[in-house]
Amino acid sequence: MSTAIEHPTYNYKVVRQFAIMTVVWGIVGMLLGVILAAQLVWPQLNLDLPWTSFGRLRPLHTNAVIFAFGGSALFATSYYVVQRTCQTRIWSDKLAAFTFWGWQAVILSAVITLPLGYTTTKEYAELEWPINILIAVVWVSYAIVFLMTIKQRTTSHIYVANWFFAAFILTVAVLHIVNNAAIPVTAMYSVSVYAGAIDAMVQWWYGHNAVGFFLTAGFLGMMYYFVPKQAERPVYSYRLSIVHFWSLIMVYMWAGPHHLHYTALPNWAQSLGMVMSIILLAPSWGGMINGMMTLSGAWHKLRTDPTLRFLVVALSFYGMSTFEGPMMAIKTVNALSHYTDWTIGHVHSGALGWVAMITVGSMYHLIPRLFGRTEMYSVSMIGIHFWLATIGTVLYIASMWVNGILQGLMWRAINADGTLMYTFIESVEASGPGYIVRLIGGLCWVTGMLIMAYNVYMTVNRSEDARQPLPQTA
Amino acid sequence: MDTGTFRGIITGLLIVAFIGITVWAYSKRRKPDFDEAAHLPFADDDEQPNRDRSASPNGADSRKSKGDKNA
Repeated sequence: MSTAIEHPTYNYKVVRQFAIMTVVWGIVGMLLGVILAAQLVWPQLNLDLPWTSFGRLRPLHTNAVIFAFGGSALFATSYYVVQRTCQTRIWSDKLAAFTFWGWQAVILSAVITLPLGYTTTKEYAELEWPINILIAVVWVSYAIVFLMTIKQRTTSHIYVANWFFAAFILTVAVLHIVNNAAIPVTAMYSVSVYAGAIDAMVQWWYGHNAVGFFLTAGFLGMMYYFVPKQAERPVYSYRLSIVHFWSLIMVYMWAGPHHLHYTALPNWAQSLGMVMSIILLAPSWGGMINGMMTLSGAWHKLRTDPTLRFLVVALSFYGMSTFEGPMMAIKTVNALSHYTDWTIGHVHSGALGWVAMITVGSMYHLIPRLFGRTEMYSVSMIGIHFWLATIGTVLYIASMWVNGILQGLMWRAINADGTLMYTFIESVEASGPGYIVRLIGGLCWVTGMLIMAYNVYMTVNRSEDARQPLPQTA
Repeated sequence: MDTGTFRGIITGLLIVAFIGITVWAYSKRRKPDFDEAAHLPFADDDEQPNRDRSASPNGADSRKSKGDKNA
């Protein structure tokens, strides 16, 4: 990749590295998801080994898709967007390169330690303390590189996408450091400094803001650059984007308690979390409408441009899951949905429908430009990938809705004498068909990602051919 | 001051901040600046256009020419 044409002003090398790793980790993370989905259908696929058991592979899947795939995509796009919209080279090439190699080291250590069973048991923060320190160092370096690049901009404005990226970077630094505050006991074992209900509240303050800032604000930064760029028209309303930004970051912080309904958390905190989650619908939909309306007058482009289709369907799923989320945060709905597969379906309508789709769309815009081309090797392959991804997502979330409501109703069904009508295992058995449909949905996604990998490989390869010097005529 | 009053004041301040940001963002005075900012993704001219040029921002069918004040 070092042979690629270098941009006169910008550092594209680090963007290229992160963009390629986005595709690689996307395949790894989603393949792990498919293995786990298959284990739920055929439990013997855990091979009776501790390292391949569901409990150890599941955090590896979530870490791989969120932090390896999503994280690499966020690094790639934020470094690209901040350079192009600030019209300046990245502040430090060396520190940017450190963030790349540091982040890959974090991911590799997750790949090794999670199957070995090292875990803090905090969801989405399973990695043990030595790795957490490395994450903190890499992340603070990332913040320095990004903010210093904004500082040395040659434009007078800071484009709205950079506001979202900056909020995402700063907040994730705070969340990570606060939630992982722990006392090390041995080299790979630590105890959280928080206890009891406070530990749970800190964990879900972290957990929900990981959704709000890592998986939302960061990807909204992507949306505010790549949707206007691919539609070739400025964002529908820049004024709305400012109100969107400030209201989203003010409200998201308070929604975490909805993960702890009907637990030991004080009731007032649960209600506060519920109310703030419902209010959150307004900024979420404000942003979605702003993205969608950017296409007004350019809707016909969807017929010919599958990349734009990825971006727009991502916004549709974003709108759908940000409606579903507040609804599930209502305590009476949560009484049915919590601990069922509905939650997993909701997460994936956000993770596949919004995060992965906006990422894939952005990569199809970004990758040819990074390698000196105008478009991908095959546009029709993007079209195939689009349909595989859409059908895969729909199969996934529809099967989990059915399973979730089924489980919720079975668990709460009681006989006239007050005893439970069903045993737990009966609800597991009833979930079998849904698990098969979910597996098919996951296979659609992995197939799509493999097609993407081939398309990316051919795009990169062809751009290297194009760089051969042309024979000179005498 | 008891906790309830304190929380009420904080809530009031946040509402004032929200209304303030909205009024500021939608004020006429800010319009030219925001228009300039909204065009930042297109400020670079070293890129090839997308395949479909028929709806480019400066094209005949741009939103502005259709009377869209947000464009």
